[in-house]
Amino acid sequence: MATAMDTVLDMRDAIAEKEEGEAAAAKVRKVDRDQRQTVGVPFVDEPRMTCREVNVYYGEKHAIHDVSIDVGKNEVLAMIGPSGCGKSTFLRCLNRMNDTVATCRVTGQILLDSLDIYDKKVDVVPLRAQVGMVFQKPNPFPKSIFENVAYGPKIHGLVSNKTELTDIVEDSLKKAGLWDEVSDRLEQPGTGLSGGQQQRLCIARAIAVRPEVILMDEPCSALDPIATATVEDLITELKTQYTIVIVTHNMQQAARVSQRTAYFHLGDLVEVGPTDRIFTNPRHQLTEDYITGRFG
Amino acid sequence: MSATQQSTMDRVHKGLAARYRKEKRFRLFGLSAIIMSLAFLVLLLGSIGAKGYTAFLQTEILLDIHLDAETLDVENLATANYGSLVKRAMLDNFPQVKGRRDKRELSKLVSTGASFQLQKLVMSQPELIGTVLSLWVPADDEVDMFVKGHISRELPESSRRINDKEIEWIDQLQAAGRIKKSFNATFFEAGDSREPELAGIRGATMGSFYTLLVTLLLSFPIGVAAAVYLEEFAPQNRLTDLIEVNINNLAAIPSIVFGLLGLAVFLNFMSLARSSSLVGGLVLTLMTLPTIIIAARASLKSVPPSIREAALGVGASKMQTISHHILPLALPGMLTGAIIGMARALGETAPLLMIGMVAFIVDVPSGFSDPATVLPVQIYLWADSPERAFVERTSAAIMVLLFLLLTMNATAVILRNKFERRW
Ligand SMILES: Nc1ncnc2c1ncn2[C@@H]1O[C@H](COP(=O)(O)OP(=O)(O)OP(=O)(O)O)[C@@H](O)[C@H]1O
Ligand SMILES: [Mg+2]
Repeated sequence: MATAMDTVLDMRDAIAEKEEGEAAAAKVRKVDRDQRQTVGVPFVDEPRMTCREVNVYYGEKHAIHDVSIDVGKNEVLAMIGPSGCGKSTFLRCLNRMNDTVATCRVTGQILLDSLDIYDKKVDVVPLRAQVGMVFQKPNPFPKSIFENVAYGPKIHGLVSNKTELTDIVEDSLKKAGLWDEVSDRLEQPGTGLSGGQQQRLCIARAIAVRPEVILMDEPCSALDPIATATVEDLITELKTQYTIVIVTHNMQQAARVSQRTAYFHLGDLVEVGPTDRIFTNPRHQLTEDYITGRFG
Repeated sequence: MSATQQSTMDRVHKGLAARYRKEKRFRLFGLSAIIMSLAFLVLLLGSIGAKGYTAFLQTEILLDIHLDAETLDVENLATANYGSLVKRAMLDNFPQVKGRRDKRELSKLVSTGASFQLQKLVMSQPELIGTVLSLWVPADDEVDMFVKGHISRELPESSRRINDKEIEWIDQLQAAGRIKKSFNATFFEAGDSREPELAGIRGATMGSFYTLLVTLLLSFPIGVAAAVYLEEFAPQNRLTDLIEVNINNLAAIPSIVFGLLGLAVFLNFMSLARSSSLVGGLVLTLMTLPTIIIAARASLKSVPPSIREAALGVGASKMQTISHHILPLALPGMLTGAIIGMARALGETAPLLMIGMVAFIVDVPSGFSDPATVLPVQIYLWADSPERAFVERTSAAIMVLLFLLLTMNATAVILRNKFERRW
């Protein structure tokens, strides 16, 4: 795949070079596009998910420009960037959650292993069981805490009896660091929990299905430092079996949990690289400005 | 700094009084609007109640009926002349009355329903034959009106429907304790009748019940299914926009048009039974569907999209998302819409006139295909009748209709509160 991509990139460069000698207006455009070129190596050897030239439009609005990136096996990929730069939008492409937005249009290619998830024949139900998601805003079902976590395993037929279900629910709640707080009131509505508890409930709900890839959109934005630590521990633990993509505004968190970091800016993937390198030695000016807090 | 702060606060304070005045004015307007509508409501209910409450009582006359074995042949009790027995018992009360005209007038003080009442009693208890039976029988409607005070004895004889002689007889009966007013069970047990004292609303109530049952069973599932399809599955394009506009239009079409449609399609084309609750229900279904669809779509729309995403995000299929999460949350709104639609259907008259539910029907309907009428049509029929006694019955029927409407709307509120959930 990577080689095919390289030829594409080469071809693009060749066209750009040809344009160079032409009109001045074209020059401006080329500069523009140079800035959009991703700095760093967005590709890995053993990709779990492969995204190539992904463009996302909300109606007329072009929200993601030509993003190509891999998500490696058993790695945590952090996505950072200023508000409104398209992190959530891109994340939601990875399990086709954007299908629910009527105006949203996605072009390009996204592969899960070798499956093109935007292929017409792909069934999104098993895809979303495989690629789970924790949303930016906590959205528990208006049902009991137990029902919230049990729902996924139930509809996918992952359990054959009540004890297995109870075990999964307990296990998931423990992993999400919520068990101690709710073990005595599993029958109460999930909507009655505090914001941070709801977010952990949603994490428990997502991992109860045992997805292979987990997409987390700012899972800790409503959590206190203790709960955040629990979730980070969970991410570290899950990493051994699963692949995780996490959006975060907390740079320390990205540094703590992720192996690679991607920096988005106004719909462009500006820079990708190993997390320690990005934070110690960013190559792109925009990345440096962002992580040193000059804007964001 | 301090100076600018000062002036800011000054300006805020200056504006404050005006803001509060505005609020107060608005509250006053709102309050007076509510008081006014309440006053009209009280006026309406008060006048209906004042006119109608007497209909729940019925004047009865006590007769000592001699059930002689001569007239009552045990072999054919069904055809015996019960009328003559009643007449004789009435005459026994007034031995001084002579002359055929007077006798006939006297016997007319008792309702023709008396002989039916007697017949039913004797046929169920033949052992009564040969005894003297003391029986309260319904009085004629004019007597009833007089006893209830709706006909004044001050009026000149020519302008009242009951003459001086009859008043004298009634006074005598009253003096003898042979006249009383008791609960008018007939009103709730009988079908329609030409005689006001024998007319009841049971026929119309049952007709309304069957009609509404058909309407509910058809319009709720169809309406909800249509709303779910339009809201969740249908592609958003010109066609669905057109459908939406048309549904909204249908909700505003005068109901008589639906009656004409029902006449053309259900009666003339499909040859279903005229005047039946089935056809009435079908017509009202057409009329109620748009209301239910609109209410159901609105309540589907009001389910927060985050719930939908949550379900889809864990891998629920579209149908699972809808049936496990969206529908339960939308149900209270749908039920409210349905019950409001039903309440409107319960009060509907015009389209039912077109399909023949306005006929004079004595029998209480016992099924969907029996000829029937409905409460509002019954009210219309009675309001059109010349007899004074039908006036109070009209009001009483309106009270019953209002009571049913109130019950339905209360049910809507209770259901909504019961199923409503926070999220
Ligand atoms: N449903 C939508 N319809 C139209 N535009 C949208 C929609 N969702 C997002 N956008 C636009 O797409 C761009 C990217 O939004 P997105 O939610 O991906 O940002 P983000 O990086 O997740 O920001 P944040 O950090 O604040 O969550 C924004 O400009 C936003 O206005
Ligand atoms: Mg976001």
